[in-house]
Amino acid sequence: MSYLDMELLRFTTAGSVDDGKSTLIGRLLYDSKSIFEDQVEAIQKTSENKGLEHIDFSLLTDGLKDEREQGITIDVAYRYFATPKRKFIIADTPGHIQYTRNMVTGASTANLALILIDARNGIIEQTKRHSFIASLLKIPHVFVCINKMDLVGYSEEAYNKIVKEYEEFAAKLNVNDVHFIPISALFGDNVVNRSENMKWYKGGTLLHNLETVHIGSDENHIDCRFPVQTVIRPHSEEYHDYRGYAGRVAGGVFKPGDEVAVQPSGLTSKIKTVEFDGEQLQEAFAPMSVTLTLEDDIDVGRGDMIVRQNNQSEASQDLDGMLCWLHNNPPRPRAKYILRQTSNEARAMISEIVYKMDINTLHRNEEDKDIQMNDIARVKIRSTKPILKDSYRINRNTGSIILVDEATNETVAAGMLN
Amino acid sequence: MKYNLTHLRELESEAIFVIREVFAQFDKPSILFSGGKDSIVLTHLAKKAFFPAKIPFPLVHIDTGHNFSETINFRDDLVKKMGANLIVGSVQKSIDDGRAVEEKGINASRNKNQTVTLLDTIEDNGFDACMGGARRDEEKARAKERFFSHRDDFGQWDPKNQRPELWNIFNGRKNFGEHFRVFPISNWTEMDVWQYILLENIELPSLYFARQRKVVRRNNSWLPVSEYITVRPTEEVVEKMVRFRTLGDITITGGDESEANTLEKIIQEVASTRVTERGNREDDKRSESAMEDRKKEGYF
Repeated sequence: MSYLDMELLRFTTAGSVDDGKSTLIGRLLYDSKSIFEDQVEAIQKTSENKGLEHIDFSLLTDGLKDEREQGITIDVAYRYFATPKRKFIIADTPGHIQYTRNMVTGASTANLALILIDARNGIIEQTKRHSFIASLLKIPHVFVCINKMDLVGYSEEAYNKIVKEYEEFAAKLNVNDVHFIPISALFGDNVVNRSENMKWYKGGTLLHNLETVHIGSDENHIDCRFPVQTVIRPHSEEYHDYRGYAGRVAGGVFKPGDEVAVQPSGLTSKIKTVEFDGEQLQEAFAPMSVTLTLEDDIDVGRGDMIVRQNNQSEASQDLDGMLCWLHNNPPRPRAKYILRQTSNEARAMISEIVYKMDINTLHRNEEDKDIQMNDIARVKIRSTKPILKDSYRINRNTGSIILVDEATNETVAAGMLN
Repeated sequence: MKYNLTHLRELESEAIFVIREVFAQFDKPSILFSGGKDSIVLTHLAKKAFFPAKIPFPLVHIDTGHNFSETINFRDDLVKKMGANLIVGSVQKSIDDGRAVEEKGINASRNKNQTVTLLDTIEDNGFDACMGGARRDEEKARAKERFFSHRDDFGQWDPKNQRPELWNIFNGRKNFGEHFRVFPISNWTEMDVWQYILLENIELPSLYFARQRKVVRRNNSWLPVSEYITVRPTEEVVEKMVRFRTLGDITITGGDESEANTLEKIIQEVASTRVTERGNREDDKRSESAMEDRKKEGYF
C-alpha cells in the first residue's frame, strides 16, 4: 500500500499577515484536501462576523481565543497535511521581531524553511531575520517563495532581480540548498498547480518541490551517537539478567558486533543486540528508537552516550556556542542554570557573553552585552561536569542544549554548540 | 545504502522516545485511558517502548458512568492481557460525594464533570505525569499544545505561558503539587492512527466498525439510544448502519452513517471524508473556544 512508502517532512514558515503566509498555508491545506468542511464552515462564519469578504485562513492556525480576538499569532501552531508521497508537518510561527523565540522553536525540528518574499517589496528586514535563523538552526533546506507575482504582472525580470538580491545576501550566511519559486498564493500559481501565467519558470511547483526534495541525508549517518534514556530491567524469570539500554539513535549507524565506548566513563564493550519490541534488528540509524544490549555488564545509565570507540566526542566543562534567550527575565549575573543535552544534565553558568548578534544587520555587537528575551548571543558556558562537545553544525541532535532556570523550572535559553 | 524511515515508523519512534522520557523524568507517571483508539494506540506504544519489561504505567480511566458497555469490556480485557494496573476515577462518585454538580436538561452531559474526577484522581494517586492520546490535528486549541504540557497546582493549563519546546529536549521539571500532561502522539493525524492500527494489527472495540444500531437524529449526528439519554417526543428512534469516529461519553458521541466494517474500509472512508472526527462531538460545539476553556480548567 502506498502509505507504507510515505516519508515525513517537517517544515517551518515564518512571516507576518501581509506576506500572505496564512493564505499560502490555507491554499496548501485546501488544495491537498486537508481542510475539512466543518473547519471551513467555522472560519467562514467567523470571517463574515469580522466583516471580511474572503475567508481568513489565519483563523485556522490561530487556535487560541486571544489570538483570534487580537488578530495576532502568539505561539507556534502545528498543522498537518499529506499527499500520496509525503506527510507534512508545518510549524507555523509568527514573524514579528519579538517572536524570535517562536521562530527558533519552530526551526529546531524542521528539515526545511519556507521563506516568503512579497514580490513588490523584495528583500526586507524580516527576510534577513528568517534566513539568519534558518542558517543558525542549520535547517538543511530553504525554499524562498516569491509571492504575489500577480501584483508584479508575473514578471520574470522582477523575479530574477529578487533571486539575485537574495543570493548576494545569502552568501554571507551558511544556508544550504536554496530553491526559488515564483508563486501567487492567492490565485494558486505554482503552489499545487503549474502557473499558466509564468511559462518562463521551468522549475516545479512548491508542492512538487516539497514532495521531492531529498531529505534522506538530513540526519547524520556517520558519527555514531546513542544517548541512553533509561535502562530496561524486566526483573522476570525469563529475562533475569537482561539489561537493555533504551534510546533514540542521534547519529550514525549501530550494528551488532560494533566496538563501542560509553561516554563519559570511557568503558568499552561490544554491541550484542540491536532490538525493538522483541525483534532483532540488523542495524539502527537516526531517528530510530531502539534498545541496545552489550556483551559486558558495565555501568551505563541515563545521561550516558554510547559511541564508536574510534569516533568519540571531546568532553569539557568549558563550552562555547550561540544562545537564544527565550524568557522574559534576562539572565541573572552568575546564576546557575540546569543545562540539558540529550538525556544528560548538569548545572552550568554563562561565564562570558562574547557578542550579541543584530539579527537584522548580522552585525556582531561586542559593546552591548545586555541579553533580553529574543536576543541571540555568542556565549561561553562553564558546567559543573564535563559535557560532550559535539558541534551543532555536525549533529543537530547532540550539539543542541537548553538552559532551565533552577528557581522557576522554566526553559530560558536554547543553545547550539560550536 | 538508504537510511530512510517511513512516516509511520518515524512517528512511532518519536512517540516511543517521548514515552521513555516520561518514564525517566517522572516519579509516578500514568496513562489516561479512555478506551478510544488513540489511547489504545498509546498503550500499544508504551508496551513496545519497554519490552521485554512489562508496561511500567498504570492505566487511569475516568469513568463518566455513561459508557458504551463495550468500552468497559474492552478495557478490562486489555488490562488483563497487558498485565497492567487499572485505576478507575468515577464521575458518579464525584457527584455522589458532592464534588461535582451534574448538568440538568435534555442536553445534559457529564463532560465537564470529568475534570473534577480527573484532578481528584491525579491528586489522590500522586501522579506527576499523565500521558494522553490527544493529537494536535484534532482541534485548534490542541494545535498549540506541547508534548510536555505543564499544569499548575490547580491542574490548570496556561496556553499563553507555555515552555518553549526545542529539538527533542523535553523539560519535565516542576514544583511539588504541579504535574504534567504528556502527549506522545501529538504529531499524528487521524489517518496516521488508522494506518498504524492496520500496520500493527491492533485490536479495537467494534464500535468503530459500521453495524446496525439504534439511534436518534440530534444536532446533525446520530446519537446512540441508551438509558442515559432522553428521547424527545419529536425524535424518532431508527436503525441505521452507523459507526463512531470517536468514543466518548455515550450521551455526546454521535455516530456517522457508514458502510465501513473493516480497517481497510475505514481508511478509505477517512481519506475521502470531509468533516473532522470531532465534528460530531457535542462538547466541542458549545462555543468556538469550548475546548480551550475546558483545557484551561484541567480537562484532558
